[in-house]
Amino acid sequence: MRVTLWGTRGSVARAGMQTVRYGGDTSVVEVEATDGTRLILDGGSGMMRVTPGLGSFCERIDVLLTHLHMDHIQGLGFFYPLRDPDIQTHIYGPVSTTMGLRDRLSKYLSPPLFPVRLRDLEAVQFHDVGPGSFEIGPFTISADLICHPGPTLGYRIEENGNAMAYLPDHEPALGHREFPADAKWTSGFDLMKDVDLLIHDAQYTEEEYSGRVGWGHSTLKQAVAVASQAGVKTLVTFHHDPEHSDEMLDEQLQKALAEDLSLELVPGRAGSAFEV
Amino acid sequence: MAQQPIEMILLHLWASYIAIPMWVVDVDGNLVYYNEPAEQLLGRRFDEAGEINANELAEIFVTTDLDGEPLAAKEIPLVIALSERLPAHRQLRFRGFDGLWHDIEVAALPIEGQGGRLLGALAAFWEMER
Repeated sequence: MRVTLWGTRGSVARAGMQTVRYGGDTSVVEVEATDGTRLILDGGSGMMRVTPGLGSFCERIDVLLTHLHMDHIQGLGFFYPLRDPDIQTHIYGPVSTTMGLRDRLSKYLSPPLFPVRLRDLEAVQFHDVGPGSFEIGPFTISADLICHPGPTLGYRIEENGNAMAYLPDHEPALGHREFPADAKWTSGFDLMKDVDLLIHDAQYTEEEYSGRVGWGHSTLKQAVAVASQAGVKTLVTFHHDPEHSDEMLDEQLQKALAEDLSLELVPGRAGSAFEV
Repeated sequence: MAQQPIEMILLHLWASYIAIPMWVVDVDGNLVYYNEPAEQLLGRRFDEAGEINANELAEIFVTTDLDGEPLAAKEIPLVIALSERLPAHRQLRFRGFDGLWHDIEVAALPIEGQGGRLLGALAAFWEMER
């Protein structure tokens, strides 16, 4: 499978000269199988960059949302397949006890926040996803709820014996006195275990994290620790803080690379692609 | 060793910070955690005791009513919470790892996760004056 990062920024889009290399758009990742089946992970502002690549021959598109925070759905309304009745669009998102995915998304995709109502998009189908596995084309997808405020999924995607995992908003260190902790009590561990490629939250510096415990995000050091524990081969940093410039992210990465790592650590830059 | 669901992980972490004795079982009734205040009551540290299979629990912790009459499983709050998915409360007497008897009040809750999945149950204890 081929994995392409279209939006790597966390919390809010940040365009400007200081975010050119890592990217200013919020979370979107495209995963393409060897047979051409495509998955879109999350619907942030990076959705605008996916559109040109889809072409006019696309009959079906599957969008897997991790959760419904605005930086992960704000690009949905501008994703042209949703408005094309000839393209069957499937949107997946975390199950909730109180309300279905369609109704929860309608809070945003309806006036006055958005001019088009979700109910007017006839070819869109919604899937409430809980912990478990399902298949889309050649992909086997495992989903599990992970540590982040509100119901939030992480995904593990496998094809032909290769595996990648996507946990863009994740705070596995929350509450642990020692981290990494016992794998059995570590959020997201089964999703990450032995994957070839892990795209993981690395939003904060160590200094920032101490004042933001419980906000649902990780430091780069925590991401490296949990990925190493899970036997990940390549870790891609993701969900960069909007306050962090390219230079600052370079600096953090170099600091992490100076340690003795058991995995390959790669900066998550918009436009980067990985063969898994 | 499968990873616990996130709801159970967060419950485990929360219980580890709470000063009331707490006991957590998984959906099969296996004791998967008790906190430090519960260690004092039960007479053994959790790190030493480890997880305890549901079948062994009744043998280890003998439970009676306050008059010393044995309690049926269906009368124990944690069993009610897990089997009936209802909150339950009662006073009872139990014998810990150390052989000492304690009179306690127990409040138990079923743990339901997103999508209505039954994941386990939580019990909090208060020791009564004897």
